[in-house]
Amino acid sequence: MAFIDYYQILGLTKSASDEDIKKAYRKLARKYHPDVNPNNAEATLKFQQINEANEVLSDPEKRKKYDQYGENWQQADQYEAYEQARRAQGGGSYGGDAGSWFSGDGGDFSGFTGDNFSEFFQSMFGGERSGGRRTQQYRGQDYNAELQLNLRDAYETHKQTLTVNGKNIRITIPAGVANEQVIKLKGYGAPGQNGGPDGDLYITFKIAEDPTFKRQGNDLYATLDLDLYTAVLGGDVTIDTLTGKVKVPIKPETQNGTKVRLRGKGFPVYKKDGEFGDLILSWSIKIPTNLTDRQKELFQELAQS
Amino acid sequence: MERSEWIAISDCCTHYNIEISFVDSLQDYGLIEITRIQESQYIHEDRLPALERFIRLHYDLNINLEGIDVITQLVQQVEQLQHEIALLRSQFPR
Repeated sequence: MAFIDYYQILGLTKSASDEDIKKAYRKLARKYHPDVNPNNAEATLKFQQINEANEVLSDPEKRKKYDQYGENWQQADQYEAYEQARRAQGGGSYGGDAGSWFSGDGGDFSGFTGDNFSEFFQSMFGGERSGGRRTQQYRGQDYNAELQLNLRDAYETHKQTLTVNGKNIRITIPAGVANEQVIKLKGYGAPGQNGGPDGDLYITFKIAEDPTFKRQGNDLYATLDLDLYTAVLGGDVTIDTLTGKVKVPIKPETQNGTKVRLRGKGFPVYKKDGEFGDLILSWSIKIPTNLTDRQKELFQELAQS
Repeated sequence: MERSEWIAISDCCTHYNIEISFVDSLQDYGLIEITRIQESQYIHEDRLPALERFIRLHYDLNINLEGIDVITQLVQQVEQLQHEIALLRSQFPR
């Protein structure tokens, strides 16, 4: 597998700041995006490389591993787990087969120049494949999964069944779960090796934006249309909330952009039964269209009064 | 009109995680056509690939609506030219 220098792809050096990475990615993405390069396989390939580079370099943790371990940064966790196990054993050298430990996608470390990864890893493992393989326990790898929810799903406590690597896992998602919130399910990661403990499963919740309600903490925000006549004369309007319809009184002479706070009609507070945020409504006053001649006359009378 | 060929704009907004104001703006720029059926707004399923392209351009590449409009026209020209080149190559093989 040819080594891909992510910095080179983005036209950057290792000292590039996060902002430099963002700028370089955006510039190149605009240039090579398949939507602006129809039927251009070369641009598509380039775009994939740019995306891959950005995915690694824009994530501080991944970037750190990439800077430290180079091409095979994805195996860094496995290497570190091994290191931990080795240290716990008193720092003895690993007498096993280093090649087999790193088998899989990143198993071939040959053909590296510069920061030679192969040599690097060999030096970490003592290099020699001596006999007398010891039985070493290793903790299974952690899995990361994403769970997509819409805002209305996140409003109520509900149970969901996930399938991770063929295993069905039934979880309860408490109402009020936040976007990007991570929960840990102990022991649902990869199985441990040689009797070692299983890894954990980390689930990140991704909550989609709702077309009507914007969530900020436990409060919900919505901009709703209000007809001119009700805005001027006052009255009641019935609006939809996440829990059903609510009648909201409108004061006479309500201005465009006026905000109204409905206490307790917002989002449930995570793991606090019966506690809710507020719903903040902003009125967008709609001017009537397609006026009849009579209506125009009446408006003219109003304008002159 | 076959109702199943029309996708509700509110469903699109939820699915693509976009604001309805963005779809309204695309319509204002004449980039997509929205049809009102009874009280709801719909987009024809044939226009979904175009809508997805506009979403990518705007949200992934930070391109404003004027930029999307220009890109759309230029991409159409590129595609037309590519088509003509393919046609000419088939008529006059090298």
